[in-house]
Amino acid sequence: MNAEEVVEGLLSGNRRALARAITYVENEYPESKEIMKHIFPKTGRAHVVGLTGFPGVGKSTLVSKLTEEFRRRGKKVGIIAIDPGSPFTGGALLGDRLRLDGMDSRKALWTDPGIFFRSMSSRGRAGGLAAKTGDVVRLLDAFGFDVILVETVGAGQSEVDIIEVADTSVVVMMPETGDEIQVNKAGILEIGDIYVVNKADLGGAEKVERWLKYMLSLDEESVQMLSQMTHADEAKVASGEFFERRKGWSPPVIKTVADRGEGIKKLADAIEEHFEYMKKSGLIEKRRRERVKRELFEIVMNDVIKLVKEKTNYRDLIMKLLKGETDPYTAAEQIVEEVIQNAGKG
Amino acid sequence: MTNINEKRKEWEEKCLKPWLQKAGQREEKFETLSGIEVKTVYDPEDIEHIDYIRDIGYPGEFPYTRGVYPNMYRGRLWTMRQFSGFGTAEDTNRRWKMLLEEGETGLSTAFDFPTLMGVDSDDPLADGEVGKVGVAVDTLKDFEILFDGIPLDQVSTSFTINPPAGIILAMYVAIAEKQGVPKEKIRGTIQNDMLKEFHAQNTLVLPPEPSLKIIVDIFEWGIEHVPKFNLISISGYHIREAGSTAVQELAFTIADGMAYVEAAMERGIDIDRLAPQLSFFFNSHNDFFEEIAKFRAARRMWAKIMRDEYGAKNPRSWWLKFHTQTAGCSLTAQQPLNNVVRTTIQAMAAVLGGTQSLHTNSFDEAWALPSEEAVRVALRTQQIIAYESGIPNVVDPLAGSYYVEWLTDKMEKLAWKYIEDIRKMGDGSMLRGVLRGIENGFFVREISDAAARYQREIEEGKRIVVGVNKFTIEEELKIPILKVDPEVQRRQIERLRKVKAERDNEAVKVALDWLRSAAENDENVMPPIMEAVKCYASIGEIMGVLKEVYGTYKKPIII
Amino acid sequence: MEKKIRVLVAKVGLDGHDRGAKVLARFLRDSGFEVIYTGLHRTPQEVAMAAVDEDVDVVGISLHSGAHLALVPKVVNYIREYGGNPDEMLILVGGVIPTDDIVELKKMGVDEVFIPGTPISEIVEFIKKKLPEKRKKK
Repeated sequence: MNAEEVVEGLLSGNRRALARAITYVENEYPESKEIMKHIFPKTGRAHVVGLTGFPGVGKSTLVSKLTEEFRRRGKKVGIIAIDPGSPFTGGALLGDRLRLDGMDSRKALWTDPGIFFRSMSSRGRAGGLAAKTGDVVRLLDAFGFDVILVETVGAGQSEVDIIEVADTSVVVMMPETGDEIQVNKAGILEIGDIYVVNKADLGGAEKVERWLKYMLSLDEESVQMLSQMTHADEAKVASGEFFERRKGWSPPVIKTVADRGEGIKKLADAIEEHFEYMKKSGLIEKRRRERVKRELFEIVMNDVIKLVKEKTNYRDLIMKLLKGETDPYTAAEQIVEEVIQNAGKG
Repeated sequence: MTNINEKRKEWEEKCLKPWLQKAGQREEKFETLSGIEVKTVYDPEDIEHIDYIRDIGYPGEFPYTRGVYPNMYRGRLWTMRQFSGFGTAEDTNRRWKMLLEEGETGLSTAFDFPTLMGVDSDDPLADGEVGKVGVAVDTLKDFEILFDGIPLDQVSTSFTINPPAGIILAMYVAIAEKQGVPKEKIRGTIQNDMLKEFHAQNTLVLPPEPSLKIIVDIFEWGIEHVPKFNLISISGYHIREAGSTAVQELAFTIADGMAYVEAAMERGIDIDRLAPQLSFFFNSHNDFFEEIAKFRAARRMWAKIMRDEYGAKNPRSWWLKFHTQTAGCSLTAQQPLNNVVRTTIQAMAAVLGGTQSLHTNSFDEAWALPSEEAVRVALRTQQIIAYESGIPNVVDPLAGSYYVEWLTDKMEKLAWKYIEDIRKMGDGSMLRGVLRGIENGFFVREISDAAARYQREIEEGKRIVVGVNKFTIEEELKIPILKVDPEVQRRQIERLRKVKAERDNEAVKVALDWLRSAAENDENVMPPIMEAVKCYASIGEIMGVLKEVYGTYKKPIII
Repeated sequence: MEKKIRVLVAKVGLDGHDRGAKVLARFLRDSGFEVIYTGLHRTPQEVAMAAVDEDVDVVGISLHSGAHLALVPKVVNYIREYGGNPDEMLILVGGVIPTDDIVELKKMGVDEVFIPGTPISEIVEFIKKKLPEKRKKK
């Protein structure tokens, strides 16, 4: 399929075209730029919900139950599930799909045309997402999904990137896994718009809930202090940007037992409420503005670097740097100048 | 003993070493199939720590290392029990009658996948699978045909069935009643072992805890009503087939057994009443001595556990009785006749290990369900061991072998290590430990890693499989294959519809409501299941009620 | 960027024997493939929809239930029905399959059948060799 066929198919509701578009974008095929250009105007309608949390907390099961609930509410649901991929072999095992309830549970989530599930490999990237997650979200958005669920890798690392694609970030935890460690860990307190204590039927759920509520009631400064005390996270936490982005919204803590579907309605309600709040308060524009700016800069950066590689004598400058004949700052100034001079020429 | 020690050192120095320098060795080190390193030769020093009376003893006496009966096969041979079943009840009934005529002494039922999973033949999930790998059973009607002309007071019947085990037991009891055989007299086994399904075999319907609850219901009901029936067959077979080592098979099976006993005791069941109705089921793989050691170690461990840990008083409760099946996973599709030889070695290990019953695989099973000729050869293999080899004439003839005793002890020690780890996971309770291990993927991970290791060794040519990665030939395979009539599904669905149309549907509804209320109120589900079965409620309907109440289970994936 | 080969490893039908499927998934991953595993007890429709949505290059169906002649063609047909093109994919089957049925399966659009005991390196080689040929055809 060429770019034109893919775009046409995608916009007219052809699943295979959507599936192929994702492949092109994920693998940075030459067609992908063309595709993204055409579908961009059709995006911005979907509600993007991120789910993040440690391994084994039940993210995939929650995704399945939420999907079912949103379908019941008449919404079309796109799902992106990200699994870790090896940076060495490039191989990955993408196993989140099997959590989706199918005929084995007397459900039809696998074959429901109102659901699209795509597994992606992080391909060794840190942060919890695959490199092209943002673009894939746009493809699903343009295709017409009302809700797009993004499940992060969940490898126990700090997976704060989710806030860069999601309108609503759901942080999933469970009892019995050393609650304080979970809560204090890297960015957890800062990124969530909604907190879930899953497997709430296990002992200790109340303890996690209480602790979370207490931590969430603290102001920015206290959290930063606590974070530093527990060596929690990098500069990102300290910026305060996190608190700004959920201003006026106090994140609810919801207990669920995803296996049995308990608490799912409440969670879906909270997700919808948050979206309404975001729209009403104008926070959504703010977040989306940030996102678009970051994406734009990223694209520009890539293009500029491409230009540098194509149009400048950067290799000579590297040699000079190695020999100590220049310094990186002078070299960079020279390159920028060169780019400006040569960019216009064919 | 110092003499032996000195002598061995001298031998190593003066005899072995120069020989090795001259002649060399095929491998740097030698290992059992489970990866236990083995020495060149074993001597009395290796078993110095083993006390004959305490650790080995005499057959029929604690700790039963040498066998549960005093004279073993000199009294009665093991039961030759060939797992079989295909197509409709009529087809299987015919095959069974042939096997009984050929000298088989016990029946063993293979069900098709829909029956195993507790779905009816007309369920969309059953499409294409009805009657394929075993007999299709939907209602009591099928059982009536299956056991037509087979007197239940004269045969013992084994049922490989797990989630719907209680339903199948109820059907068997119902047939006995119809034949006028008191239910107290019927003999047989239901597999009814869900824990190993979670570890390995994946016939999964309900979550672990309700699955266990129903198993204990069956125990509670069974000791009252069917005292001669084995209410569970605690199985290592499938754990091994999924790729575990022999040590893991041993350890996980014993651990599961302990979990069941603890679950029963929590319910208040008298261990000495239950224990005689517990049985075990092991795999017999290619490593001859390791398998024999495994069987001997299992008996010794279980006797100690039942007597010393759980305080069972009746010596009968200390017995570990077991069925053995030769290793299906060892069969090769290539040069299939070689499988006859593999199966013979494995069957000999089972007999030398003191099994109570045995299934020998047919040589064509890597290709399809066995043909009649292949089934016959498999049965004849057992008969040749029984009647021609002389093996059964002396009890536990390998006892006292330095190697076998050392290996028995070694496997026991390695298995205990696993059991202690599991116990730790459960904070001192084996029941909690096993459940925790299911939840956190411990068992699956252990087994998958072992399976991958085994495969890697084959890929790298470190492990030779004759006819597969060495001694291969170009061959045109002409194996007579059993074809299941594609009409089976249609006929089976027709029969189910007819039964549903003719039965008393009001009675079915009442029975199923009773079942639902029993499940919801934590009462024993067996009485309502018995009632439902007699009203011709289908397996799918009965399991359906249990699924509604308890939910279904999705296995976490660990590759 | 070189496109990753995506493989759907599917268990179709009610049999729970996943040793083969899991060992295969693990080795394919270690060989650099992106492997999507369906888990147990999938219907042909479910496998087909997954194959289309995930835009896989290879569909590997594992069954030990004897139901291959009934289920495998359904997978292929549903892929087509859901808008996918099975001719662009490698369709592989693994399990206990009699020789006569292997011939039948190949007529139904299966590219290769792997019987128990097949070294996985052979399967990896097959995919690497045959996939470019298939892609050329489309």
